[in-house]
Parts: sequence; C-alpha cells; structure tokens
Amino acid sequence: MSLALDILSGACLFVGAVLMIVSALGVIRLPDLFTRLHGASIADTGGAFLLLIGMILQADSFLVGIKLGLIGIVLFFTAPTASHAVAHAALIGGLSPDDPGANQGREEAEEDRA
Amino acid sequence: MFSLATLLVVIAMAMTLIRAVRGPTPYDRILAVNVHGTMTVLLIALAGFLTDRPDFLDLSLAYALLNFVGTLAALKFFKHGHLGEEQ
Repeated sequence: MSLALDILSGACLFVGAVLMIVSALGVIRLPDLFTRLHGASIADTGGAFLLLIGMILQADSFLVGIKLGLIGIVLFFTAPTASHAVAHAALIGGLSPDDPGANQGREEAEEDRA
Repeated sequence: MFSLATLLVVIAMAMTLIRAVRGPTPYDRILAVNVHGTMTVLLIALAGFLTDRPDFLDLSLAYALLNFVGTLAALKFFKHGHLGEEQ
C-alpha cells in the first residue's frame, strides 16, 4: 500500500513540477501580456494542485494534510482573482488584447521575427 | 523525489524572473512577480517536507495570502497612481 502511495505521489510531484516549468516557459515565450496570463495560470492551477496532491499523499500526520488542503483552497480562490485583476488593470492601462505586440513587447516581436 | 520537484520549481522561479526583468510593461512585471510568489508558496511547502518540519506549511499559507494582497496593491497603485491615502 505505501509503495503505491509513494509511486503515485512521486508521479504527482514530477508532473506538477514539469507543469511549473511549462508555465514559466509560457510566461517567457508568449508574445503579449494577455497570452502570458494563460501561461501564468498553468502554474496556479495544474502545477500547484498536482504538487499539493503529491505532498498530501506523503503527509504523515492529519494536520499536515489539512494545512496543505487549506493552501489549495486559498490558491483556488486567489489565483484566478489575481489573474483577472492583472488583465483588468492592463485593459484600463491601455493595453489592447486584439493585436499582440502592438504596444507591449514590440521590440520582442521584431526580435522573434528577426 | 522531493528534491527533484524542488529543483524544477527553483528553475521555474528563475525563469519567471527573466520575464520580471525583461517585461516591457509594468503589468508583465506584476504578473511575473505573482507567478514567482505562487511558486515560492510551493517551494516553502516542499522545503518543509524536505527538512521534515511541518511548521513550514504555516509559512507557505501566510505567504500565499501575502502574495495575493501584494499583487492587488501593486495593481491598484498602477491603476490610480496612489493607494487611497488622502492628498
């Protein structure tokens, strides 16, 4: 039984960590702010919850599992709100999502194209 | 297994810092710092498991809330130019 738990939690941890790397890549590589928000939310949802599940499976005491669950609940509510706040502030700040590279990351757009 | 996950999360955090430094608009920087904060939350939890100290989880819970409030404060400052204190 504990071997199965170890294998399952190891897989969860590994996939969660890989999703974190994918999210960081998305935040770096994507052309403009609003697409980077997609990249950033991969970490908040996929990576964070998989890592937390991997850790809950390894938790030896009940209290540790409860705390990890609470972290998951907090992230569940704050992550989308933060992403929404960033997108809302950017829209008000004058960034337009419909033409990527229009006024954000213009030099990067040329850099990528060149 | 924990050390591999911790290493990958640290690499991901370093990568988000690249966007925080390079980000042309201030909103890119706030987004990068927000993602960096979420990864710090998980890094503290992983460190708690690595060093077998369960009290690290309280730190990561507190930091999750702090990160959220910090992101909203920075956004409010960029939207209104001040944080609501009367001139």
